[in-house]
Amino acid sequence: MGSGGSNSKRLNWRAWGVTKSPWVYHLATGTCNNCDIELLDCLTPRYDVERFGIKLVGSPRHADVLMVTGMMNRKVLPRFIEICRQVPKPYIIVALGACGANKGIFHNSYNTVGPVERVVREVLKEDTIVVNVPGCPPKPEAIILGVVKGLKLLLERG
Amino acid sequence: MVILELIFYPGMLFAAVIGLLSSWFERRVSALVQWRVGPPHLQPLYDLIKLAGKETLVPLGANRGLFLLAPVLGFAGATLASLILWKANLGRSFLGDLIVLLYLLVLPSLSVILGGLASGNPVSILGASREIKLVLAYEVSLVLAVIVAILKADSILLSKLGNTISIGSLSGVIAFFIALLAIQAKLGFAPFDIAEAETEIMAGPYLEYSGPPLALFKLTQVMMLFILPLFLMTIFLGGIDFRGLGWLWGLLKYLGVLLAIILIKNTNPRLRIDQAIRFFWRYGLGLALLALILALIGDRVGIRWL
Repeated sequence: MGSGGSNSKRLNWRAWGVTKSPWVYHLATGTCNNCDIELLDCLTPRYDVERFGIKLVGSPRHADVLMVTGMMNRKVLPRFIEICRQVPKPYIIVALGACGANKGIFHNSYNTVGPVERVVREVLKEDTIVVNVPGCPPKPEAIILGVVKGLKLLLERG
Repeated sequence: MVILELIFYPGMLFAAVIGLLSSWFERRVSALVQWRVGPPHLQPLYDLIKLAGKETLVPLGANRGLFLLAPVLGFAGATLASLILWKANLGRSFLGDLIVLLYLLVLPSLSVILGGLASGNPVSILGASREIKLVLAYEVSLVLAVIVAILKADSILLSKLGNTISIGSLSGVIAFFIALLAIQAKLGFAPFDIAEAETEIMAGPYLEYSGPPLALFKLTQVMMLFILPLFLMTIFLGGIDFRGLGWLWGLLKYLGVLLAIILIKNTNPRLRIDQAIRFFWRYGLGLALLALILALIGDRVGIRWL
């Protein structure tokens, strides 16, 4: 990716390290599994994201990218908050699919909580980078693009 | 002088560099087996740099001191093991270095167990308990297989073992096979990746680790990927001979052993812990004993090929 940001700022080696080997933790918050299947497609030989050092890890403590799929409901909210706090900084969050990005077809549902970005800003009260990847489900190319954009933002922020 | 050797040439840095390259080789060959492209050759290094820059989190229920000390212990064991092993290949050996080495090679497994138990996570403790069982399962077979090589070389010095090609006999072949599987289990590769089974217990003992301690664990694993194939090679295939082009032949042998380990890893499903224990105590121990008896008969009667 090189130096994505402005050259005036010093390159943050921690952020640079994350852009070089982003490990993904897959967090399903009440999903229909469509986005999950597309996420797994990224690991298949056709897209092979291990070329960029991306791999799926089993523990949020190893994660650099929190991949949130599905429509978050009230039962999941405390767990989501807890998992966000378990991820070591610096990290980014990617809200995958229409539900995570802007509530999608659940826009007037009574038992769901807002888009991932709103939850992070208002409940978790952190300025973590949140990338929204819309689509039902998004294509693997779109998922990869979303992660790239998030990492670029992280590098720029330094 | 000793400190310099420990840190730079045969010790930490050397083992880490070769280990990182071996780790890339492992990931790349795995990718090719799965018809993928695989990561760039600096990827293991990027992973380590990234982990070194991340935040260190210690869980609330953990024993803080032991939790942070465990990775250092395993790392120290791997460093010393690489020092002894490489010096033996250079022809500098001392009496009983094989025994010291066998003990040092247990240290990384021990550190994983300690770290898992200290982290206070039930899943980590489950992984640590599996690791304990696995160590108890493979260690006897490994030591018996090494004894076969000692009989063939007629010496317990590592440098003498390194000059003897003990695989050129029936008992040597059996012992090599058993030791290869034991090393597969030591490395935590499939079919013996029971302790850190990602699909059942996430990452087992590593589950609660983050940042630099996790980087140290990964570095230890990477160094073991260099040390253990070299150990197997020194014991059974006759080490590295540094005269003339001998190092090239040594490199080929090393890559061959590494390739065998990687291919076993990529073509086998994970065993359950009880299956692994049964495998090592029944077939592993049985075959190792058979190899030992064959080697003893060959030694007594004077039949070279036994």
